[in-house]
Amino acid sequence: MLNYTFNWSIITSGQYFDWLVTGLLTTLKLSAVSIVLAFVLGLLIAVMRMAHNRPVRWFAHAYLEFFRNTPLLVQIFFWYFGSYKILPTFINDWLNETGFEFAAAAIALTIYTSAFIAEDIRSGVLSIPKEQMEAARSAGFSYLRSMQYIILPQAIRITIPPLVNQFLNVAKNSSLAMTIGVMEMTYQARQVESYTFRGFEAFTAATVVYLALSIVITALVNIYNEKVLMAHKAA
Amino acid sequence: MEPFFDISVITDNFTYFMIGRYPHGPLGGVGLTLYLAVASCILSFFGGLILGLLSVSRFSIVRYPALAFINLVRGMPLLMVIFWMYFLMPALFGKVAENNTVIMALTLFTSAYMSRIVVAGIEGIPKGQTEAAISTGLKQWQVMLYIVLPQGLRNMIPSFVNQFVSLIKDTSLAFIVGVSELTHVATQINNRTMAFPTEIFVFIALVYFIICFAFTSLSRWLEGRLSWSKAN
Repeated sequence: MLNYTFNWSIITSGQYFDWLVTGLLTTLKLSAVSIVLAFVLGLLIAVMRMAHNRPVRWFAHAYLEFFRNTPLLVQIFFWYFGSYKILPTFINDWLNETGFEFAAAAIALTIYTSAFIAEDIRSGVLSIPKEQMEAARSAGFSYLRSMQYIILPQAIRITIPPLVNQFLNVAKNSSLAMTIGVMEMTYQARQVESYTFRGFEAFTAATVVYLALSIVITALVNIYNEKVLMAHKAA
Repeated sequence: MEPFFDISVITDNFTYFMIGRYPHGPLGGVGLTLYLAVASCILSFFGGLILGLLSVSRFSIVRYPALAFINLVRGMPLLMVIFWMYFLMPALFGKVAENNTVIMALTLFTSAYMSRIVVAGIEGIPKGQTEAAISTGLKQWQVMLYIVLPQGLRNMIPSFVNQFVSLIKDTSLAFIVGVSELTHVATQINNRTMAFPTEIFVFIALVYFIICFAFTSLSRWLEGRLSWSKAN
């Protein structure tokens, strides 16, 4: 059985503690950037997916299927190792100056997550009675304006809980960024492990942080569900 | 001028991409990816079934530990679970092959998600059926085994297939502990050839896409079929 003496002091203070904190901050930064961009992109794709124009709809459909059915790790590798051929030179130059690891991870996470968010938004929109769209169109709003003023404000309110869960997924998925050298939480835990041979302590610390994040966020979603959606239903 | 997209790196290494060094060496590439996914899928079906049943048990002494375990795993990134297994398994059982470590990690991780599907499937069966079965004199476990599960499991099939798709994608993380599945093979070839990262990663993305999309479509087709036969 397990024959191991735990030594927690090395990760609760000093240099290794600082590494873990930096890791957590990088995880939060990467997740925040990705979720915001993914929301914008996902909204765009969702609207395109429901558009009347066929090529636009097909493009959005292909986008969704492709990015949802490919592993995130492969997408990260593609953006990190292989995207220089398809990106314009000035973007490549800018990326090389600003630290390409973080940018590649953020791009991959954004695109991967946007495909899932688009589906969440779409099911939110589908839950709005279609008479509202018809009424808006007959009142003279264009398709985009009906979406903007009538449908989306309601749909997004319904979509908020799944969106928050997506943030949780992004935070967990951002751990894959360690494979290209982004120094986030898992990377730092691994780093502490290889410097100290204290794998159990380092991974426990990282696990506790991820768990705390997910507990706090799940609790927030539950409160939102109870307070806002229920109140809305009752009204 | 060199071609924009040079597929010779794919065609030259095609067998290596597909099956690794098999049959002269260990299985790798797509073959290993599918092996890992299928093995973990079968194991986590049973894992998910057991966890799901425990988490709806009447006895809180088994329900709470099951729920705690499910939420613990669901709150963790898969990469973390793999690292845990990578360090725990040798400490507990001595030397364990990397393939088995990864299968173990994928099974634990996926079981937690499968258990939620099982619970949803059980709760989807009308309560009246359980009450009717109990009043005919069946015991609680008999009701579950003969009445609820056979119907519930059938409704879960599309979700199981979706979970299998996630598993195929998740096997790519085995790369991190040096298991030579498709993603690992791709990074190897990329390191060796140096000049064709775009070609290599677009190619393996397409391979994953073809496999996953086939199963996603299967799941949608099953969903349509099952709901059709239910309506009649």
